[in-house]
Amino acid sequence: MTTITAQSPPALPQGKPKSKALRRVRESCIMAGLIGCGVFSIATTATIIVILAVEAFRFFRLDEVSFWEFISGTKWSPLLGAEKHFGIWPLISGTLLVTLVAMSVALPLGLITAIWLSEYAKPKVRAVIKPVLEVLAGIPTVVFGFFALTVITPGLRWIHEGFGVYNAASAGLAVAVMCLPIVTSLSEDALRAVPRSLREGAFGLGATRFEVAVRVVTPAALSGIVAAFLLAIARAVGETMIVALAAGASPSLTMDPRSEVQPMTGYMVQIFLGDASNFGPEYYSSYAVAATLFLMTLLLTLIGHRVRVRYRQVYE
Amino acid sequence: MNIPATTLPSPAEQGLNLQGIGSSGEHVAAQPAIEVEGFNAWYGDYHALTNMNIVIPEKRITAFIGPSGCGKSTFLRWINRMNDLVPSARATGTLKLHGQDLLDKATDVVELRRHVGMVFQKPNPFPKSIYDNVAFGPRLHLRMSRGELNQIVEQSLRRAALWEEVKDRLKSPALSLSGGQQQRLCIARAIAVGPSVLLMDEPCSALDPRSTAAIEDLMAQLRNDYTIAIVTHNMQQASRASDYSAFMYQGELIEFGQTEQVFTMPKSEQTQNYITGRFG
Amino acid sequence: MNALMKNTPNARSGRFFKDHLFVIVCLLAAGVCIAVLGVMLASIIVQGMEHLDTQLLQNPPSRKPEKAGIYPAMIGTVYICLVCAVTAIPLGVGTAILLEEFKPRQRTLARLHGVVQLNITNLAGVPSVVYGILGMTAFVELFQVLGSPSDPIWTIGTTDNWYYIQLPFGRGVLAGGLTLMLVVLPIIIISSQEALRAVPNSLRQGALALGSTRWQMVWGTTLPAAIPGIMTGTILAMSRAIGEAAPILIIAGVVYITFTPEHLMDDFTAMPLQIYDWASRPQESFHHVAASGILVLMAILLTFNAVAVIIRQKFQR
Repeated sequence: MTTITAQSPPALPQGKPKSKALRRVRESCIMAGLIGCGVFSIATTATIIVILAVEAFRFFRLDEVSFWEFISGTKWSPLLGAEKHFGIWPLISGTLLVTLVAMSVALPLGLITAIWLSEYAKPKVRAVIKPVLEVLAGIPTVVFGFFALTVITPGLRWIHEGFGVYNAASAGLAVAVMCLPIVTSLSEDALRAVPRSLREGAFGLGATRFEVAVRVVTPAALSGIVAAFLLAIARAVGETMIVALAAGASPSLTMDPRSEVQPMTGYMVQIFLGDASNFGPEYYSSYAVAATLFLMTLLLTLIGHRVRVRYRQVYE
Repeated sequence: MNIPATTLPSPAEQGLNLQGIGSSGEHVAAQPAIEVEGFNAWYGDYHALTNMNIVIPEKRITAFIGPSGCGKSTFLRWINRMNDLVPSARATGTLKLHGQDLLDKATDVVELRRHVGMVFQKPNPFPKSIYDNVAFGPRLHLRMSRGELNQIVEQSLRRAALWEEVKDRLKSPALSLSGGQQQRLCIARAIAVGPSVLLMDEPCSALDPRSTAAIEDLMAQLRNDYTIAIVTHNMQQASRASDYSAFMYQGELIEFGQTEQVFTMPKSEQTQNYITGRFG
Repeated sequence: MNALMKNTPNARSGRFFKDHLFVIVCLLAAGVCIAVLGVMLASIIVQGMEHLDTQLLQNPPSRKPEKAGIYPAMIGTVYICLVCAVTAIPLGVGTAILLEEFKPRQRTLARLHGVVQLNITNLAGVPSVVYGILGMTAFVELFQVLGSPSDPIWTIGTTDNWYYIQLPFGRGVLAGGLTLMLVVLPIIIISSQEALRAVPNSLRQGALALGSTRWQMVWGTTLPAAIPGIMTGTILAMSRAIGEAAPILIIAGVVYITFTPEHLMDDFTAMPLQIYDWASRPQESFHHVAASGILVLMAILLTFNAVAVIIRQKFQR
């Protein structure tokens, strides 16, 4: 250990120097605590993966189930009937249908609103709308579920009689309303991050506001917008309360938004709401479903990360 | 401005001659404070400093001049190891402060920075009160009574020529001070830790001429107690305020000597060109 | 000059027509968004006004809609959110400090640092219902290795004591709160990181140049400067915790609870759960109670958001 000794430091500070050993001990303790925090987050992921893998494995070892049927089967009937079927596709199609309905509304609407906010709206309007979006993003999802059940479903049924009491469209529209503030807010952030000089360059060439917004700014912000879209999709795929309330509880392999479906999250809630001390195949099946869901969102996150990394390379 | 009659060897001309320092002069001898030999520094693959040899004398003001990007700030930031913050920065060679090798892995950088204060280009007071800014350093390093702390704060502010202006509002936020006052507060803050060396990285570049003059006056007062190394773009400032000047160009030390000599009879043509404004 | 001014009129008007058309489309889109949200709020208010009275705030849930109240659920929410805040805030801010202020220089450590960062991003994207399953296995059942919730291997006190603790935790307040902690932790970490990143580097350099250690720099300089941002983010994360239903649904289930929890292992229900329970019943009268519950919940959340906005405005200078 080298200590630096000044030859003649000006006789300014008085008092005793603090103990260096104590300082070192304190620093190491704090460092250990902080590393502990980091380890905790890693451990969380690891535990999720281990639990899902172990329990899903236990599920596939059961006599009634086969892994092949799980990933290829088109029938999911774990609770009713003499013969139980565990084919995941009806649940996946339920999730996809709700997500599709939600995204086909939320993404275009959110993006257009974001372009308007970023390129057209007056600063005062934006100053009001941005915090409002933040508040809306914080509305609990159970509220949207309630809205779907009490307003959207009756509305749809009034428009067209084909809609069921529970239907995918209603849940999907509610998920769309839920995702709108996220899509708008994040896309607007991405659009605003585009350097001014780019806009000025385009205006300097005589482009209209529309041409600047659509041909220059939006492409430049594309990776940020895509990341926002992916986040919204991940939220829609993982959304639970809305689908548990409004989508129904009968898994069916359909792409008809008027019919009742059961997305993956809805099934998990159904199982855990039932008798939880039941350790039959249907209980373990929820872990296999959760593992599928986790893999889907993980994939979306990783793609989003890739897109964002590339985005950084473009601008720095 | 009285320039000491000590003659320091110019490393560019004669190489490093430690024996010559202090013994050759008949007048007030300057002891070496920082000795640098064969010093190289990199940022990633970029070779920022090439084979520097220089001896910075104690209790004198040494100015580093040269065009932007010549490596003078890099050098300064190696003296208190601020470059440790830059992930890609590394250095080889010897860099000694009072005989201790600063590049040694075992060097306690925290302890080092206690002895080598730094003042930055832009004043960077903490968003706290004036008092708390000056007391920040002593509180880190010393165990003392409230009275002792008050004394340190007062003396530091006096040395930084700020006491009279702020003594009635020590509790008001430091950010309420003017730019020049903020920079003097930063000097007071550095002094309060009790360093022997003060590094100043273009301390006046963000200030107006009046504040600059105040800082230069202050440097002249501090000269008796501290070894000061200052990086500046301002040629007049270097010639007015420093005892020794080092001219750097493209990562190399071109010329080093007494300021009067460097500015009136530079040995290198590059120095001549830079000083007369032909490039840079 | 004249040649320049004389533009092909058709092309010009076509382009500007597009511009105007787009403005109309934008306004329509924004209008649709506002209208939908307006309808939503209006319908909830209309349905909820009927039961919005002191009875709702004071009564336990009941089989009769006109007597049903949300009191035990409110207290349950307060308890689990307290557990959540006490655990999530130190862990989250600690992780953020580790990631922002202790970036390692060594290559392997730097890679590890990147892994932790990516991991946080991933955790933020994990559906909350998956956290519910994690909490179920890790906290409620303790991985099924140490006894079962009904037959704990280790206890402090008895169920009559307020400090009663058992292992495994069972479907109690502690397990619920810790599960919520898992949900909001990534949010707190990411917002705290953003707050720390916004602190100018000159402050860090100033502190280090005075001979601070890394931690002294963080504690004395960076953290105080980042506190407003961290507080805003934390409040928003806590409002997420208050409204989060899915993981709590998995932990606690929908149980008919008319009492408030007496210790950390006690059964509980929370406001979003109670609302879900009411909303999922077939009787329309219970939907109205659910709407009243939503109004109470939203009022609490709006207060939280308002506090966050005020903090931000106050420190944004």
